[in-house]
Amino acid sequence: MTTTTTPTGARPEGPPPEQGAGRARRRRRVRELGVLLAVVLLIAGTWLQNPGFLSQQGVRDLFLGATVLSVLAVGQALVLITKNVDLSVGSVMGLSAFGTASLFAAFPEIPVPLAMAAGVGIGALCGLANGVLVATVQVPALVVTLGTLYAYRGLGHWWADGGQVNAHQMPESFLALGRISVLGVPLPAAVAVVVVLALGFYLSRYSSGRELYAIGSDAEAARLSGISVGRRVVAAFVANGALAGLAGVLFTARYGTVDSTAGFGMELEVVAAAVVGGVAIAGGVGTVYGAALGAVLLTTITAALPIWQIDQFWHQAVVGALILSAIGLDRLLALRNTRKLGGGTHGP
Amino acid sequence: MPQQSPPAPPPLELVRVAKSFGSVRALRGMSLELRSGEIHALVGENGAGKSTLVKTIAGVHRPDAGWIQADGVPVAFTRPADAQRAGVAVIHQEPTLFPDLSVAENIFIGRQPRTRLRTIDRSRMRRETDEVFSRLGVPVDPDRPARGLSIADQQLVEIAKALTRQARVLVMDEPTAALSSVEAERLFTVARTLRDQGVALLFISHRFDEVFALCDRISVVRDGAYVSCGPAADLDVDTVVQRMVGREVETLYPKQETEAGGTLLEVEGLTRHGVFEDIGFTVRSGEIVALAGLVGAGRSEVVRALFGVDRYDAGRVRVDGVPLAQGSPKAAMAAGLALVPEDRREQGLVMESSIARNATSTRRNALSRLGLLSSRSEDEACRSWGERLHLKYGRLTDPVSTLSGGNQQKVVLAKWLATGPSVLFVDEPTRGIDVGTKAEVHRLLSSLAADGLAVVMVSSELPEVLGMADRVLVMHEGRITAELDRDEADEESVMYAATGRSPREALR
Amino acid sequence: MAPERTAPAPRERSGARPGRLRSLLSARESPVVAALLVSLVFASLFLDTFATGRNMGFLLLSVAAIALMALPMTLIVITGEIDLSVASTLALSSATLGALWEAGVPIETALLICLVLGAALGALNGLFVTVLGLPSLAVTIGTMALYRGLAYVLLGDRAVATYPQDWVSGARATFMGIEGLPWIAVAILAMAALYAVLLHATGIGRSLYDIGNNTEAARFTGVAVEHTKFWLFTLSGTVASGAGVFWTLQYGTSRADTAFGLELQVVAAVLLGGVSIFGGVGTVLGVMSGVLLLGTVRNALQLLGVSGDVLQIVTGLILIASVVGPNLVASLRRRRRTPAPVRVPTVPRPPTHDGESP
Repeated sequence: MTTTTTPTGARPEGPPPEQGAGRARRRRRVRELGVLLAVVLLIAGTWLQNPGFLSQQGVRDLFLGATVLSVLAVGQALVLITKNVDLSVGSVMGLSAFGTASLFAAFPEIPVPLAMAAGVGIGALCGLANGVLVATVQVPALVVTLGTLYAYRGLGHWWADGGQVNAHQMPESFLALGRISVLGVPLPAAVAVVVVLALGFYLSRYSSGRELYAIGSDAEAARLSGISVGRRVVAAFVANGALAGLAGVLFTARYGTVDSTAGFGMELEVVAAAVVGGVAIAGGVGTVYGAALGAVLLTTITAALPIWQIDQFWHQAVVGALILSAIGLDRLLALRNTRKLGGGTHGP
Repeated sequence: MPQQSPPAPPPLELVRVAKSFGSVRALRGMSLELRSGEIHALVGENGAGKSTLVKTIAGVHRPDAGWIQADGVPVAFTRPADAQRAGVAVIHQEPTLFPDLSVAENIFIGRQPRTRLRTIDRSRMRRETDEVFSRLGVPVDPDRPARGLSIADQQLVEIAKALTRQARVLVMDEPTAALSSVEAERLFTVARTLRDQGVALLFISHRFDEVFALCDRISVVRDGAYVSCGPAADLDVDTVVQRMVGREVETLYPKQETEAGGTLLEVEGLTRHGVFEDIGFTVRSGEIVALAGLVGAGRSEVVRALFGVDRYDAGRVRVDGVPLAQGSPKAAMAAGLALVPEDRREQGLVMESSIARNATSTRRNALSRLGLLSSRSEDEACRSWGERLHLKYGRLTDPVSTLSGGNQQKVVLAKWLATGPSVLFVDEPTRGIDVGTKAEVHRLLSSLAADGLAVVMVSSELPEVLGMADRVLVMHEGRITAELDRDEADEESVMYAATGRSPREALR
Repeated sequence: MAPERTAPAPRERSGARPGRLRSLLSARESPVVAALLVSLVFASLFLDTFATGRNMGFLLLSVAAIALMALPMTLIVITGEIDLSVASTLALSSATLGALWEAGVPIETALLICLVLGAALGALNGLFVTVLGLPSLAVTIGTMALYRGLAYVLLGDRAVATYPQDWVSGARATFMGIEGLPWIAVAILAMAALYAVLLHATGIGRSLYDIGNNTEAARFTGVAVEHTKFWLFTLSGTVASGAGVFWTLQYGTSRADTAFGLELQVVAAVLLGGVSIFGGVGTVLGVMSGVLLLGTVRNALQLLGVSGDVLQIVTGLILIASVVGPNLVASLRRRRRTPAPVRVPTVPRPPTHDGESP
């Protein structure tokens, strides 16, 4: 192995061992806090502009709006952390949403939890197919999930055959899920919060969760450390699929009327939410909290634009600018950090 | 210092281990015994087989002949995991940690302690990490992420990882190459602590002061074979250096006497902070100037900066009297420079691409007609150079990866000689190629110089340096420490300058 | 130590001929070319309406924008990058054309402005990728949202559909009156030929493969890697905006949501055409076949009355198969080549000892 290291003598004293340590850790926390701060500032500013923004109905809408995107973004974060990507989530969500709705339409007597589980199960199956193709056949995730993006969407369309399932075909108890509030928080949003917290706990406290980070950091080193990389990657895809399925179920409960186009084109917004929340496309970095906050930020922007009397059509442009500044900022901070740690490489 | 002879068999022993790669014999009957509670130094020139030895111990390579014994019992390490299970741990010069995981997690990755809920027992993990660091006598925060740790601290994390795996044999492969003196001193304290706790350590270094200060016994290797082994107390630097280099300069080096012409390359005050400082030299037409020194002394970096692959912070470069802009290989090529880089596979060739395309990649414009480049013109250009360099190949359209190392190197040489350079940099031109091709390369370089080319050769092989060079520039830690004429340069004078000692100081 | 030869003995040196045929058959793009030919033959045999001039013209027009954008995308993917912002660039260019036209700018001037804008949008991508060194996947996801968003800002949900009729019918006009052959198809063919020459028969083309295979080695050979990538992204932006202009005139409307999701179809066609997502591999012939294959299958299924849904499934499956297939073949081949790991006796052999002994 050839190593081109910094020779000792040219650098008289190395940095004191502990310097830069706290900074790096702080920066990682600051990353999520920064997004949170942005959300809070945005909400506060908008509320000052128009107190109606935080009326009971306003808060409800904010929560519900963020629910689906957060669940999807959190799942995407799992996959991104392993240095993969899943572009099929929008299609999976559509498939699951329509699947759940058609179950109700076909079997009006079906117990609500069973139908919901079926929706999640559809998502998990789709994720499994993605994961197996990525991990065992070694096809790049971008290609596999681009393919299944079409395939799953097509499957959904084929199944729906242009039709839709209406609210009156679904049991009232299911639709009520979209309206019930727990402690002022709409149930779907509460579900999303629970999912985020549970996954956050899992990622930080379970060895299999930590191993996802190791895989994204350096898959080869992870393999040498005895981590079964393939199995973990498949698991991440399955979990992401299941969450996309859950998002579909929540979507159905909220809107009542579902056709096969649910979630169309959402995949990139999902990736965007995760990236804005500090999950790196290059793998190994980020938390589900960040991803969820990213989703909340994006939806809050959507909700706040009209109040600021900004044309709603600015929404997407703002999102794009946000993504670019997020990745640009992360990059600049990283560069500054390496430079400060001494012996940083000079770019070409 | 516990010096009593251990009653138990040594935890790790190499018995007449041999290993070849193709026609290159990296190890030729190496024997080595690592005892508990002892720091054993392994010294030898670059290319003497040290890194192959380490990889054999680590279970990366399997010996062709000979065997490894653990506790007196022959064992076969087929995978790195086998070596780990036998209690062997290797600390590399630059460890590979997971930057996004905490220090404690890096230590326990894949085998974290669990609570009853199967969650990670963080407090126990932290406690055990603290314990192992206090055993090492260094404070490292177990919760901080590995990203941003200095290399010295990363090594400590690796050592801690090894200890929590109950490693009894610790191999440190040039651990101090990238450390400051303070950091190195701290590492030595850790090493002594471990020795006193009964661990067997193998310490590989080029720095004699470290070797003598730290180690109990010193083994010298040369050309993949064992030369001597003895207590450090009975040895001195001179004896060790002589044993390291003491071999006949083979007749591999058909150096032609040449008349040096006008100055072609002038370098003044070239500096890249933290990498090399104030490098200045000139090279004349028809001269072969060697850049000698140890790996990591900054030689390749100087050459890369001159060729424009890397940038530099200060200094002036003139080619044939004309100032050369920095940072552009294209400008360097236009000025008549050529670089045969250090790493053939990563820098010299596009392995997936064909022989012909690689060989002609430097002068596609010249081979184009009306902007169009045909495979036929590439093949023709390549074929003529192939014949000139006695290239052995199947078809010119085969990927260059199908060639042997020596023939790959010829393709790289062809690629650069075809540009008709006036100054040729060659970085480790004969690394990893068989003896026959080696001699061909040397003959080629010699005749090129005779034709008026200025050659700058980076080489870690002393015989090559001494056999080929008209002048030898020796670098140590980023600076030129000696400039020796052909008749002044011998193994010892180069070796002393390369390790940063003057002969007088060593003979004190 | 005796000098040993590890190189294979020189075989016949002028053996390019048999090799060329073999390499043609084993090339990555040959399956897709074959699939295209088979689907064309089948569709013509079993569908009366397929091989008609009218349908051909329709088919070719439907893939025109994808084919245009697939050309620079091929070069970009070969260097190991990707540009997901092309469809948004197309939309922004279309929206700009609409806004300018509404503002009374002459259409010729508006066209030029759109192309310059496209170049600027591509250059922005290029700057992010080369100067900041960011992964192009992330950058172009960002600019995809940004450019689409700006299109919305320009037009909102309005549509501009007041383009002069002669320009609109001009866009769909046939080549020299040949039915079923739109002039744009001929133009694309000519462009594809140019790209093919650039990629396969110039030094620049060779250096693109080098960048994709081994960036470091390319840099050591004097290739200006960052410059090259920057100009590729600029080219991609320009072409995408040209496609936007054509799209606008072809359909006679500008809308902000135009060509939504088209970027993935472009990428799909490129990958289907045998370009490796890791860079370093691919041909223009393969990519154009990929574009046409997707268009043909879609068209044929539509004529069969199969719904667009099955089409999507088929598109996705074809894409996955195009990558899984070669991978499986390669791994099978590898397995056959090395039947078993080299066995080394675990019992130590009597050592040969030729070093100096202590």
